[in-house]
Amino acid sequence: MKVRSIFGAALGIALMAAAGTQVQAAGLVKYTVVEHPSIPESLTKGDPVRGRAAVINRQKGNCLACHSIPEIPEEQFHGEVGPVLDDVGSRMSAGEIRMRIVDPKVINPETAMPSFYKLEGLHRVAKKWQGKTILSAQEVEDVVAYMLTLKGSYSN
Amino acid sequence: MKRTLMGVAAAGLMAFGLSATAAEMKAIDKASTTSAVRSGFSYAISETREMQTDDIQNPSFLWVDIGEEQWGTVDGEAGKSCESCHGNAADTMANVGSTYPVWDPATKKPMNVELRINKCRAENMKAKPWKYESDELLGMTAYIKSVGRGKPIHVSLKDGDMEAWSKKGEQFYYQRRGLLDLSCAHCHEQNPGNLIRAETLSQGQTNGFPTYRLKWQKLGSLHRRFRGCNNNIRAEPYAYGSDEYLALETYLAQRGANLPVEGPSVRK
Repeated sequence: MKVRSIFGAALGIALMAAAGTQVQAAGLVKYTVVEHPSIPESLTKGDPVRGRAAVINRQKGNCLACHSIPEIPEEQFHGEVGPVLDDVGSRMSAGEIRMRIVDPKVINPETAMPSFYKLEGLHRVAKKWQGKTILSAQEVEDVVAYMLTLKGSYSN
Repeated sequence: MKRTLMGVAAAGLMAFGLSATAAEMKAIDKASTTSAVRSGFSYAISETREMQTDDIQNPSFLWVDIGEEQWGTVDGEAGKSCESCHGNAADTMANVGSTYPVWDPATKKPMNVELRINKCRAENMKAKPWKYESDELLGMTAYIKSVGRGKPIHVSLKDGDMEAWSKKGEQFYYQRRGLLDLSCAHCHEQNPGNLIRAETLSQGQTNGFPTYRLKWQKLGSLHRRFRGCNNNIRAEPYAYGSDEYLALETYLAQRGANLPVEGPSVRK
């Protein structure tokens, strides 16, 4: 058993080095994490206008809970827990943004940021949320598309 | 000149009407600025703080009044009231709020004020226990805490397995949970003072409970707050008075050691 898990880990690393690590949970869209880490291939086609709505929606992305987003001045009270998202579209690639939304713990295991497209490794999820991700694959891509539009210099 | 005179008059009124509570506010502020441990009071806006420190304005006192009335009311088959055995609460209960939970050898668990009240009702008064979040239990808890206001929190871990229960509470505190995958520490240890939308995160200290939350429009217990926090992060909450929450309550008393008892407080 131990040998197998070590072998599994070694295989994982080998895959990561060669063509990235494929991640697939039951019912979720399969994606590939490449070294950096990043998810360069999109899960589906995103729409920035829908993404902006999901970012604001408290039942969806609720990004404003923790992040200030100067491009959304009509919403009062932006959070202060995470970094300001003003020019993320010029600082990061789509793959880097996608990685941070799908499962930011791959980059920083200690982060407070939720994994918006993950089912496994969670503890005591409320019954009504079991088997559900925070965002759907479509919503992840919509938010990625919106984030890519954030290139700084906003005036109210 | 006129403005200064008015200011003096206002200060005079304050001193007349709020002398005891203004001193109390100052003491809480002092405790909060001279140590790393800060009461939720110190994160609140001035309107909320003023509502807490004026007993007339503080809506929690509707429940304190219920508790005070119950204190002298005979209930149960033994024909006793709290007062029959404990006399004047201001004398006999002054150290309760700051020292609970304590070890209960009968249940082999920590016992908070709510459980202590119900144990006394069941065993000594032969009366029916009050339900968690009932006006009676909130009222009696608030009344007992109110007579110990200002006393520094000191919960001993010496008796029974208190140490082990506090450790369990610590594990709870650092355990990620829920769909949002957050531990208590992510908000209350790493981000106190920062905004989550319009809410200012505090250290999550327990010295103000039970608390009148403006959001609830009601007095509520610490365990109600735990359940609310768990719901917010989409985690399955535990029951009122559950082992998990008793362990957490015991641990949090250690994190908040020396903060003054404020209960019943007012929070947003």
